[in-house]
Amino acid sequence: MNWWETGGADSPVMARMKERFAGTSTLILTHAFKGDDTIVIQPADVSLVLGFLKCDPALAFDILMDVTAVDYLNDAQIHPYLLTMGARFEVVYHLYSEEKNHRIRVKAPLKAEEPDINSVVSLWPSADWFEREAWDLYGIVFRGHPNLKRILLYEKFVGHPLRKDYPKTKRQPLIGPVN
Amino acid sequence: MTEQAKRNYDFHKEHHTELLTVNMGPSHPATHGTVKFMLALDGETIENIDVEVGYLHRGFEKECEAQMWNGVFPYTDRLDYLTSVLNNVGYAMTVEKLIGITTPERCQYIRVIMSELARIGAHYTTLAAGALELGALTAFIYFVEAREMVWDLIEATCGARLTHNYVRIGGLTGDLPDGFAGNVKSVFATCRKLWLDFDKLLTKNRIFLDRMRDVAAISAADAKAWGFTGPCLRAAGVPYDVRRAQPYLVYDRVDFEIPIGETGDNYDRFQVRMEELEQSMRIVEQCLTQIPDGPINVNNPEWRQPSKDLSSTNIEYMIHHFKTVMEGVHVPVGEVYQAVEGANGELGYYIVSNGSGHPVKMRVRPPCFPITSALPLLIKGRLIADLIPTFDMLNLIGGECDR
Amino acid sequence: MTAALVETALKIAFVFGLNLSVFAPILGWVERKQSAVMQDRIGANRADILGFTIIGLFHTMSDTIKLVFKEDFIPRGADRIMHTAAPALALIPALVAFTVIPFGGKYMLWGHQVNLVVADLDVGVLFVFAISSLAAYGVVLAGWSSNNNWSFLGGLRAAAQMFSYEVAMGLTIMGLVMYYQSLSLVTIVAKQDSLLHWGIVWHWPAFILYFTCAIAENKRTPFDAPEAESELVAGYFTEYSGMKFIMFWMAEFVEVVTIAALCVVMFFGGHHLPFITDAGLIDAFGGTGSAIANLLAMAIHIVTFILKVIVLIFFQMTIRWTLPRFRYDHVMALGWKMVLPASLIWIFIVAVALLTGAMPRL
Repeated sequence: MNWWETGGADSPVMARMKERFAGTSTLILTHAFKGDDTIVIQPADVSLVLGFLKCDPALAFDILMDVTAVDYLNDAQIHPYLLTMGARFEVVYHLYSEEKNHRIRVKAPLKAEEPDINSVVSLWPSADWFEREAWDLYGIVFRGHPNLKRILLYEKFVGHPLRKDYPKTKRQPLIGPVN
Repeated sequence: MTEQAKRNYDFHKEHHTELLTVNMGPSHPATHGTVKFMLALDGETIENIDVEVGYLHRGFEKECEAQMWNGVFPYTDRLDYLTSVLNNVGYAMTVEKLIGITTPERCQYIRVIMSELARIGAHYTTLAAGALELGALTAFIYFVEAREMVWDLIEATCGARLTHNYVRIGGLTGDLPDGFAGNVKSVFATCRKLWLDFDKLLTKNRIFLDRMRDVAAISAADAKAWGFTGPCLRAAGVPYDVRRAQPYLVYDRVDFEIPIGETGDNYDRFQVRMEELEQSMRIVEQCLTQIPDGPINVNNPEWRQPSKDLSSTNIEYMIHHFKTVMEGVHVPVGEVYQAVEGANGELGYYIVSNGSGHPVKMRVRPPCFPITSALPLLIKGRLIADLIPTFDMLNLIGGECDR
Repeated sequence: MTAALVETALKIAFVFGLNLSVFAPILGWVERKQSAVMQDRIGANRADILGFTIIGLFHTMSDTIKLVFKEDFIPRGADRIMHTAAPALALIPALVAFTVIPFGGKYMLWGHQVNLVVADLDVGVLFVFAISSLAAYGVVLAGWSSNNNWSFLGGLRAAAQMFSYEVAMGLTIMGLVMYYQSLSLVTIVAKQDSLLHWGIVWHWPAFILYFTCAIAENKRTPFDAPEAESELVAGYFTEYSGMKFIMFWMAEFVEVVTIAALCVVMFFGGHHLPFITDAGLIDAFGGTGSAIANLLAMAIHIVTFILKVIVLIFFQMTIRWTLPRFRYDHVMALGWKMVLPASLIWIFIVAVALLTGAMPRL
């Protein structure tokens, strides 16, 4: 039994998602581990799925709480689909509906060689800075983002520090002698 | 002038003027929290603003990936450093959700009490800073006095004035001190008096109203689209409070109101915080009457270290102590997200565990990050003098925004 | 001839000595202590000489010594002459305005008629306003010559604010001038010998308007947009340090005293005691012939004047520490759209009242 299989009925959100995307290859995995509704989708369908989540009247996810990424370089065994897809990163979206008071987590696995995905700034302006941060710290390119530059680190910084293979002792320009 | 000519008419080119570029740099009396604004000014009007954050980026996530689960607590202190305990509580609840344990009743009540005291301190600081930067120096001092008294209460419990490090996975470091309820009563009496003084000085003051009313208003739909949560969202009229929408700890057992604003302008944000102070005090008082006696830690040495006596004398406890200190608490495999209501909004923690004693991913969803990204929307076309109260009332805390 | 020179020299020494060495430092102390009392705290009380702190009065001395020894720099790219001249241009008009303010009446000392005012001009009121408008130069030059966009903004704000409120300030006093029928401050004071003739009785709207304009001229809170600490760091004197910085602060404090003194002289009876006339006081001590009586009366009158000035200084300080700051466009709107029309209306009312006899002419 995998860690995410907790049994129990689907919540209305999950039921709606499964109904909408039944028969397509969009949904890779769905679960509700510890009460958090989670769906894993193909990265190419991100605009479609998130647009549906926002605009569907039964779902109405009007607040994009968070956009972040995780680097599964050493821990891909946590999510077996990462191994089968050969993916390294996962972009994680947390959404909340203020009207309906429900949440959902949307995850999109990305391969190491092509870590790009569509930007959702056109759906929620709050994605702007979150996506810039994911670019800054993980190197994930958000296609269609109006201003994809570093936000937390300075412009001349080299590398994407939250990646697991970023050497912590690496020296950067503007700080001390170059390695 | 024809329509076409009007559209082609560039005031600056016709009159040979330029926009004045001013850098409101990271060290500026008003940018508390080290933020840089590049302003393009036409006289005093802000034509364009570029907000640059990241001056306080300390690598929170990367650091936490190298720590053991319990070692993350000092780092969470330093996120929104005005509400250290609240950050601790949020993180502890997230890890406890992933493990699947519930802390004892007394622990939950104390966590609520300390979170609300932290929230009170944070609101005092925000409002005082807002008053200070508008020139009302006396009002600033009154609320700083109130804040110091509340922080004295927290210091008596946690041992530190600012970075509290009070909560642990499965419990707390220590119980409330003796006489806490009596101290709270007298402190709150003084705080309420100071609140009245502050209120009399500012709330109906014509100068203050002119500066805050109808400045930087935001609609409810815009606020939600830009990821606002907390007092800024409630000021825009959206009644979303994590404590009410998805009650955690003992918030469903206490009675409190959620102040809602109308227009989302600076004055509403100010008033929402003023009212929340009173509501937080009510929560603390109710918790102090309801709080039961009992243990404050989960009775399971695998998750929470028992007392030193037991760890030093009983072999089973000693083994657990050894393992949790050397390898860290072994949080089971999985990922969760847990949100608490921070002083600025929804403070969310998203953690991923691979079963070992170190996190794989330790994400904080900072409430003031998206709020600050909306600053250009709010302030374009207004005067520099409006930037100051707007920025104060949005309440960017550098530690939280930049992590 | 020499007696007149000595007399003038003594008066100048007294006025400027009082201002520079007593009022300006003491005002720094008052600022600290009064704000501390209003804010439930103690204020600065550590500076001591040989263990005596005397409630923090030594802090002004230590501040002055510290500032004298600070490095005096001129920022790169700044206009050197203007940068150095600006503080002087700000301080001097504030001091010079004091030359026409009478701090006492007329006394017979050993055969001499001594008039306690440094320069008895027929157009005292006009002189004061003309000289204080020169202070705007100092501020604008400070803002411009610092080669710093923030100082520049502060200087611009200060210039616009000071010019706007000067216009209104002159007009607020016209009603008073019509009532006393003289522009000379000495005459205005002399005519306020009984309580009913004090300016405040008939002209209290003019007092409110004048006080507002004067505080705006002086750039004190609530009108301190030019030096708004949270917006412009320090406004027009961001790039100043050491003695030049202290000269700006002294200019502000001296002008606080000047405003208080002018209000006392025009509205609160100057040196007059409420129910005792000048002549009555001198007679009480021995009559006009006696020099001692005149000296005593002179001393009492000077003390009364200073006490009244202190009350008004206290009032200005209280306003400073209570009210928040106006936004810049509100400052302009208040000056042009409220104070100026109000002062014009007041002049009209006073004129009508004087012509119809409702207000008795003095």
